[in-house]
Amino acid sequence: MPDVTFTVDGKKLTAPAGTLLIDACRKAGIEIPAFCYYPGLSLQAACRMCVVRQEKVPKLQTACTTTVAEGQVFITESPEIAQARKATIELLLGNHPLDCPVCDAGGECELQDMTFKYGAGESQFVEVKHHRDEQQWSPAVFYDRPRCILCYRCIRMCGEGMDVWALGIHNRAADSVIVPNVLGTERGGQQLDCEQCGMCIDVCPVGALTSGSYRYKTRPWEMNHVSTVCTHCSDGCKVTLGVRQANDGSEIVRADNRDKSGINGDFLCAKGRFGFDFVESPDRLTQPLVRNARGRLEPATWEHAIRVATGKLKEIRDTRGGNAIGVVGSNRTTNEENYLLQKFARTVIGTNNIDHERTTDYASFARALAGHTGKTASLRDIAQACAVLLVGGSPTDEHPLLAWLLRTNVRLNRARLYIANSKTIKLARQAKATLDLRRGGYDKLITSLDSGRTEFSKAIFAEESLIVIFGEEFRGPAVENLIAWGLKRDNVRFAYLGDHSNSRGAADMGLFPDLLPGYIPVTAPGAFAEYPNLPAAPGNSLPQMLDAAAAGDLGALLVVGANPVSHAKLDPSILQHTFLIVQDLFLTETAALADVVLPAASLYEKSGTVTNTFGDIQIVRKAADRAGVKPDFEILVRLAGGMGIDVSTLVPFGKRGTTGDLGQSRGAQSGEADRHSVWLEANGLEPKLSPFDPLAALDEIERLVPGYTLDRVNLFAGNDVHTEPASPGPESGFVPVSALTAPELVVPAHDTLFTSGALGRYSRALGQLEQHQANELAKSELAKSAAD
Amino acid sequence: MSPKKAKSEPATVFSPELAARFDALVKKYPVSRSALIPMLLYAQDEVGYLSNAVVAEIARRIEITELEVRNVATYYSMLRFKAAGKYNIQVCTNISCMLRGAYEVYERFREELGVGSDGVTADGLFSLEEVECIGACCWAPAIQVNYEFHDELKPDLVPGIIGAYRQRIEDRAQDPFQNKEKDA
Repeated sequence: MPDVTFTVDGKKLTAPAGTLLIDACRKAGIEIPAFCYYPGLSLQAACRMCVVRQEKVPKLQTACTTTVAEGQVFITESPEIAQARKATIELLLGNHPLDCPVCDAGGECELQDMTFKYGAGESQFVEVKHHRDEQQWSPAVFYDRPRCILCYRCIRMCGEGMDVWALGIHNRAADSVIVPNVLGTERGGQQLDCEQCGMCIDVCPVGALTSGSYRYKTRPWEMNHVSTVCTHCSDGCKVTLGVRQANDGSEIVRADNRDKSGINGDFLCAKGRFGFDFVESPDRLTQPLVRNARGRLEPATWEHAIRVATGKLKEIRDTRGGNAIGVVGSNRTTNEENYLLQKFARTVIGTNNIDHERTTDYASFARALAGHTGKTASLRDIAQACAVLLVGGSPTDEHPLLAWLLRTNVRLNRARLYIANSKTIKLARQAKATLDLRRGGYDKLITSLDSGRTEFSKAIFAEESLIVIFGEEFRGPAVENLIAWGLKRDNVRFAYLGDHSNSRGAADMGLFPDLLPGYIPVTAPGAFAEYPNLPAAPGNSLPQMLDAAAAGDLGALLVVGANPVSHAKLDPSILQHTFLIVQDLFLTETAALADVVLPAASLYEKSGTVTNTFGDIQIVRKAADRAGVKPDFEILVRLAGGMGIDVSTLVPFGKRGTTGDLGQSRGAQSGEADRHSVWLEANGLEPKLSPFDPLAALDEIERLVPGYTLDRVNLFAGNDVHTEPASPGPESGFVPVSALTAPELVVPAHDTLFTSGALGRYSRALGQLEQHQANELAKSELAKSAAD
Repeated sequence: MSPKKAKSEPATVFSPELAARFDALVKKYPVSRSALIPMLLYAQDEVGYLSNAVVAEIARRIEITELEVRNVATYYSMLRFKAAGKYNIQVCTNISCMLRGAYEVYERFREELGVGSDGVTADGLFSLEEVECIGACCWAPAIQVNYEFHDELKPDLVPGIIGAYRQRIEDRAQDPFQNKEKDA
């Protein structure tokens, strides 16, 4: 649309024709109040707060429905308008209780703000207010009817935004009331049968909808608000944690993203919004445990636990060699921790026996894209794509943000979504075309697309640009085939779906027995040459390590934030000859077998960076705190220190003074200079002062890991920064996909909306939601069988 | 719907005639949900009120959620969710009728029937409702009994009206050929 110029309050503004006046004004810094208007949702024009005076129009106009055109003149603040808004508020307050001092929304309530601005706090009504008791619709959602101002935001958010349509409005005028989709009966009140995302609570401008986990706990101004990244799935939503001081550190009381920063805007799913309470689980480990002479785990000091662990590690390394030790990394720790873990394994222990619980085959993805740039799609790309081909998976359950962005893109930008799946998934309702892969399966996809006979393949072929999103259904050679198919066409980009919050980071940071950070083969000549004692032969994968343990060949196993005993359904007795060190939040099945258990901090209690499955890096900030636990980063540094290593060779920190001669013959590449200092200097960065500072590792990651060239201004501002696996081309030891990966190593988690592996098990809120939805399902099955 | 059920003809709560009428009605509009309000009215005329089963079947027929059906149905005061009497007596008490004695008429109905507003007599024959304007101001005070109007009323006419409806029930009971409801 061409730009038009119009006047608001005497200021000349320019915006594309057809822009809503309220949006144009907000962009220009002119605030127009509105309760019912919500960006991205359909227009309601129900609240009459946004009224403005338009020249030559007899009555006040609603700014949320007025589109701008050339030469219009508006006035947004005048005594007349203030009077109109005051009258609106007075009517809204007619039934609204003045219980702000106890209301959850008090202090961040849009109605409260407007009442302070325009007055009408004193009512001229003499009638008694309608009072109804509050209702609990689910473990997450409570409804306080008298506070509701009938703005319809929740209804539209649930229907249009979430495509759930679980909220409605009954009756009319002053009797109108928001209702959930399960009717009340004599036995129980009204219930919500939905995805329990809590978006309705989030968009409620007043305190009518309140959250089961936050209500009546605190006031907004008593919390610190820390912006970090959700730890539950691999989409990497930004989440703002409301944190309050507690007896043993600081506790998280709320999670939302009202500042709309990050890729997800204001979106969070049930896990992100309510599933943070695992950090306060009574089962949380807060003291190191060491197995005593009687074979029992007993609490110990950090010093003792580190001494026992490092003593044994050192002894086994020195007597049986580094390859008698195995290391298992985590899908939930930060990039810095993963990087440090593999560096610890490879340089301190001296083994390539390092792996993680793979939920998808990122290594094949990186290999298949080797030598190509600009072929991976970030989440922001997907949010704005014209056409998306979604193959397999069930994003609504496993990648709620991806599902949200696809829905929003289809709704607002008329994007074309194509779905090829062996099941019917909910997103099919937004799809332009679907391809049923029930017969033939995913192997048939490419043949079917290339045939050009079906409407589906014709539509795909007609797209000028396409983003292909696929998941663990494609592994090894299948990934290569699919990507080769896309690379033949211009303008095809890819996204590969994994499961946990930093699965991609674990793969990118080289938690592989055969791959270094950046998917560089350990056999590649000259790779990571500055690592001291880097073993050249590939190590054992996780199943191979466990086999070695069963055979009695594995002296020690260090497990960081993983649970191979449960994940691989192991017989616990195979680990009896292995000295087991576990860093974890909880006494998992694996930790229960350990000789030393070190209590780790959760992602909400540390800082660093994480990479979501689309390759978008985001910064993690420490929000909560728990006495007794330590971040995995610090634990690893302490383990290295305990083994007598000069820690500065592991984590580059402090000024080391060896800047060397930067002349042609004896420059940074000569091997004599401190390469890290030279690099820092060249990039205008300061050396980090603490060995426990993850940013020191981030510097080294940026220096050494291909693809991790970071836009630090954006990263540190809290934005997502896209990276691509920049695997080197064939000339530097390229290994074909088929030779690289064993697809059977990949075990997808298939988490649902309310499960999140080990973390979800310890979240009371998620357990309750899962139970509630299971009950609703049982009830509706019962109703159906009764109707039959 | 269970998959087993979906294949066979789904069970209906409506008479075959009404079901056939709905089948045609749904196809009449470009968007099937446009048929919602006429369906609600016809369903109420036949069943007497909008039971849960009626709401569920209408939702299924036009492929919207039951919640959406209720969103619309609860908006209209002429749509009921509880059974009314066979003859639903709606007494207008808006201004014209009120000025010409609607409340006296209403009170007389209450006495004669022994029920209050929204009440149903024990035999299920009559229900009484106080309603807003029914558009018969020229002949105020007026009442509407199902789809029939009675106007220029006086309290003394009330027993006669009730009696006439009772008589109609008895006539039908005696005449098997007239048993079918015509005035609904």
